[in-house]
Amino acid sequence: MKRADAKTTAAAAAPVTKGKEKKKGKENYRPTRNACKLCAPLGAALAFKGFSKTIPFLHGSQGCATYIRRYLISHYREPVDIAASNFSEEAAIFGGQKSLLLGLENVCRQYRPEMIGLATTCLSETIGDNVPMFLKEYRKGREDGPPVVHVSTPSYRGTHAEGFHEAVRAVVESLATAPETPSREGINLFPGMVSPADIRHLKEIFKDFETEVTILPDISETLDGHLWSEYIRMPEGGTPIQKIRGSGRARASIEFGRVLSGQKSAGKSLEERARVQCFSLGLPIGVSESDRLFQTLSELTGHRVPERYNAQRERLLDAYVDGHKYVSGARAILYGEEDLVIGLAAFLSEIGITPVLCASGSKSGLLKEKLSQVTPDISKIQVEEGADFSDIEEIAAQSAPDIFIGSSKGYRIARALNLPLVRAGFPIHDRIGGPRIIHLGYQGAQALFDRIANALIEKRQSDSKVGYGYM
Amino acid sequence: MSQIEVLKDRKSQIHLKGSEPFEMTCDRHSLSGSVSQRACVFCGSRVVLYPIADALHLVHGPIGCAAYTWDIRGALSSGPELHRMSFSTDLQETDVIYGGEKRLYAALTQLIDQYQPKAAFIYATCIVGIIGDDVAAVCSRVSREKGIPVLPVHSEGFKGTKKDGYRAACDAMFKLVGREDTADVSPFSINILGEFNIGGEAWIIRKYYEKMGVQVVSVMTGDGRVGEIGRSHGAALNVVQCSGAMTSLAEMMQKEYGIPFIRVSYFGLEDTAKALYDVARRFPDNPEILTRTMDLVKNEIRAIEPDLKEYRKDLEGKRAAIYVGGAFKAFSLIRALKTLGMEVVLAGSQTGTDEDYRILEQMCDEGTVILDDANPVELSKYVIEKDADLFIGGVKERPIAYKLGVGFCDHNHERKIPLAGFIGMYNFAKEVHSTVTSPVWKFAHRRRRV
Ligand code: SF4
Ligand code: SF4
Repeated sequence: MKRADAKTTAAAAAPVTKGKEKKKGKENYRPTRNACKLCAPLGAALAFKGFSKTIPFLHGSQGCATYIRRYLISHYREPVDIAASNFSEEAAIFGGQKSLLLGLENVCRQYRPEMIGLATTCLSETIGDNVPMFLKEYRKGREDGPPVVHVSTPSYRGTHAEGFHEAVRAVVESLATAPETPSREGINLFPGMVSPADIRHLKEIFKDFETEVTILPDISETLDGHLWSEYIRMPEGGTPIQKIRGSGRARASIEFGRVLSGQKSAGKSLEERARVQCFSLGLPIGVSESDRLFQTLSELTGHRVPERYNAQRERLLDAYVDGHKYVSGARAILYGEEDLVIGLAAFLSEIGITPVLCASGSKSGLLKEKLSQVTPDISKIQVEEGADFSDIEEIAAQSAPDIFIGSSKGYRIARALNLPLVRAGFPIHDRIGGPRIIHLGYQGAQALFDRIANALIEKRQSDSKVGYGYM
Repeated sequence: MSQIEVLKDRKSQIHLKGSEPFEMTCDRHSLSGSVSQRACVFCGSRVVLYPIADALHLVHGPIGCAAYTWDIRGALSSGPELHRMSFSTDLQETDVIYGGEKRLYAALTQLIDQYQPKAAFIYATCIVGIIGDDVAAVCSRVSREKGIPVLPVHSEGFKGTKKDGYRAACDAMFKLVGREDTADVSPFSINILGEFNIGGEAWIIRKYYEKMGVQVVSVMTGDGRVGEIGRSHGAALNVVQCSGAMTSLAEMMQKEYGIPFIRVSYFGLEDTAKALYDVARRFPDNPEILTRTMDLVKNEIRAIEPDLKEYRKDLEGKRAAIYVGGAFKAFSLIRALKTLGMEVVLAGSQTGTDEDYRILEQMCDEGTVILDDANPVELSKYVIEKDADLFIGGVKERPIAYKLGVGFCDHNHERKIPLAGFIGMYNFAKEVHSTVTSPVWKFAHRRRRV
C-alpha cells in the first residue's frame, strides 16, 4: 500500500516508469541521452589538481585529455594543464609502454612537477596495459624523481565521482606512511568534490578550532587563483606532498559523503593501514549536517565551537524563519553527484522544500537508503540512480516542480518548463563564479537559502502582471 | 623572467620569421607527455557533422566522448534540434569484454523509433576500434530495417588527427549526396561547404547569395538537413569555406558529379567581398549577379565603415596573437586585424599543413612567431615576449591569456556571436575593442606600476 503511494506522490499526474533502475538486464538496456555524469579520468584529474604541483597525466589518447581540460576550464576559468601519453595507432596495437615512459620523461622536463597523477583512460585499460609494471620500469635509475601515483579509471566502470575518490585513495595509499611513534597530530579532511570556496571556508573553520588540517585534495588556490606575471607551469597551492605523507600520523580523518561512507575510500584505507580513525559525515549542507561536523570537530579537538560559528548558525536560523513562507511547500528537482544530492536534500528538508526527484548519473546502489537518513519522508521522493538528463526531463515534466537545483547542465530543461535553476555543484558553464559558490557550513547554507528563496520570489514577481516592487 | 624550455622535439614546429629559412614540421602526431591543445579524430568528425539538425548522432563508446560534446557548440538550427541531444551507447565493462554490437543495435533501433531522424551517424570512438565491433555491419542492418541511411563514421580518436576526422565525416556525408531529386535546382546555384552556422553565420551568408540571385542548394553543414545534402549534387558550384574541413567532400563531389569548387573565407571585409565576387564571376551567363553583388558589397561595407573607423582609432598599433584550429582561418584573421590597424605578433594553428605555414609566413611581418600544435607553455612564452594585447583562440587558451593580462577573443565553435560576413566583421571589431580597451588590464602584472 505504502509503495504504491510513493509513486503517485512523486509523479503528480501519471505514473512515471522512466529511469534506469528499471533498466537492469540486457533487454531493458537504453542508450544514454544527455548524460548526467562525466567520465572517471575527469574526476581523477580534478582530484590531482588539488595536490601541490601535481600534473595530471592521462595514459591514453590525446582527445580525452583535451576534452576534459576544456570541460574543467569552462567551469573554473583557470588554466588546467593535463598531459597525455597521446596514443598513436602503433601504441594502441602494441601497447603504450613506450608512449608512457617518453611522456613521463617529457612532462618532468617541462613541468618539473612534485608529483604526477597518472590516470588510465578507457583506451589503455582496454588494451590491457600493465601500468604498474611500466612504472616499475620507469623508476629504475629515477628513484629520486617525483612520485608517480597511478589510478585505474576506465570510465566504463564508474563516473567522474568514482574517478575523483579513487584518485584521492591512490594518492594516500601510495604516499602516506604509518607512524613509527604513537604521537598523533592534526586531522585529515577528505572533502570530496566541493568548490574552492567551500575549501577555503573549511580551512577557516579548522583554523578557528586551532587545529592543523590536511585537506585532501585542496583545490582552493590551484583552481581559483590570481593573475600571473609570467607563465606558471604549476600554480601555487594544493596539499603539500609532505603533508600527504604525514597523513598517516593524523589523530583522525573526516570524510564527507554518505554514499562514500559505504564505499572504499581514502579515509577508510588510512584507518586500516595506519590506524587513523575515520569519521564519515554527510556533506555538511544545512544546519543538521553542519552541526554534525562542528560537533565532531569539537569532540576531536576538545575545543568548544568558536563563537562566530554559533553566530553564523543563529543568523541562518533567523533567515530560515524570515524566508520560510517563500520556500515552504516548494518542489525541487535535484541532480548531480550522489553525495551532493543527498547534502542538498538534507538542507531542503529543513526549510520545507520537497526534493521530488533526486537523480544522479552514478549507480552506487546506495542513494535511496542514504537519502532516507536525511529526509523525513522518502516516499515523497523519486530516486533515480544511473539517470540521464532525458530521464530527468521526462520525470520533471510530470512532477510539477517549482525549482531546479544543480549544475548548469539542467538549464535547458528548467527553461523549457519556465522554472528557475539555482546553480550548485559542477559544472557551471553558463555563469561566472562557479568556483566561488559556497555550499558548506552554516555560511554555505545561508548563501544557498538566500539564492533559493530569491529565485522563487523572483519567479513569482516576474510571473505577476502587477510588477510588485516589494515582495 | 625565467626562460621556459621548449621541448627539444618541438623546436621544428616553431618558426620565427626572419630568423631562419622556413622549415617546419607539421601534421605530425602530438608528442607524448605534452599538454597539447589538439583534439582527436572524433572531435574533427563531430565538428563537421554536428550541425546536421535532423539526423541522429550516436556516439558509440564509453560516456566521455559524448558527454564532453553535448551542446557545446553554437551551431543554430531554424527547425529541428535533434543535433543538440547527446546520445551514447555508454559502453560498460561487459561490452568492452564481449563486444558492443548488441548495444549499438539496441540503441540505434530505440533511438530511431523514438526520434524519427532522417539519417543516423554512428561515431566509432577509440574503444570501438580496439574491441573490434563491426559498426558498418550493424549500420547496414539497421538501415535496411528502418529505411533511413545509417552511416558509420570511423572516428577512433587515436587513428590520426582532427583532420582525419574531417575526412571521415566527409566520407559519411558523401553517402547522402545524390539521393534526392534535383529537378528544381537552378543553373545559378551553389552549395556552401564548411560553414557551421555558429551564431547564425550560415544564415547571414545564405542571405548574401540569395540577394545576389544565386540559389543555395545546401549548406554543409550549418543548419543542415539530410534532404538538402541529398540534392546538393544538383548545384553548379561548391563554395568551400576555409578551415579545409570539407575540402575532401568537395573533391569527391567534383570527381563523382563534376562539380567544381572554390575556396573562400567569409571572415573580414576583404575576404567576404572576394568570396562573393568569386562566386558571381562563376556565373558569366547571368551578368546581373555580378551587378547585384557589387551593390551588395558596397552597401554592406558602407553600413559598417563608420563604426569600424571608430574602433580602429583605439586599436591602431595594438598587438595580436592568433592561435586557431586551421591555418586558413589564421589568414583571414591576419587580414581582418590589419583592417583594424592591429599588428600580428604570433600566428599558429593546430592542424596547418606545410603549405599553409608558408603562406602564413609570407603574410606576416618580420619577427612574427609561427607555431604548429603549440602547448600552453610555448603560447605563454611568446605572448609575453611579444607583449600581445589580444589573443585569439579557443576556450582552452582563454585562461592563459587572462592570467597573463591579455585580452581575448573566442574564435572557435563554442562562441555564440556570428563573426562571418560584413556584419560579422563589425561584431568582431566590437568584441576585440571591448576586450583590448577594457580598463581591467591596468591591474595585470605586466601593466602594474610598481
Ligand atoms: S575514452 Fe574513456 S576516458 Fe576517454 S573521454 Fe571517453 S570515456 Fe573518457
Ligand atoms: S576516447 Fe578517443 S575518440 Fe573519445 S575523446 Fe578520447 S581520443 Fe577522442
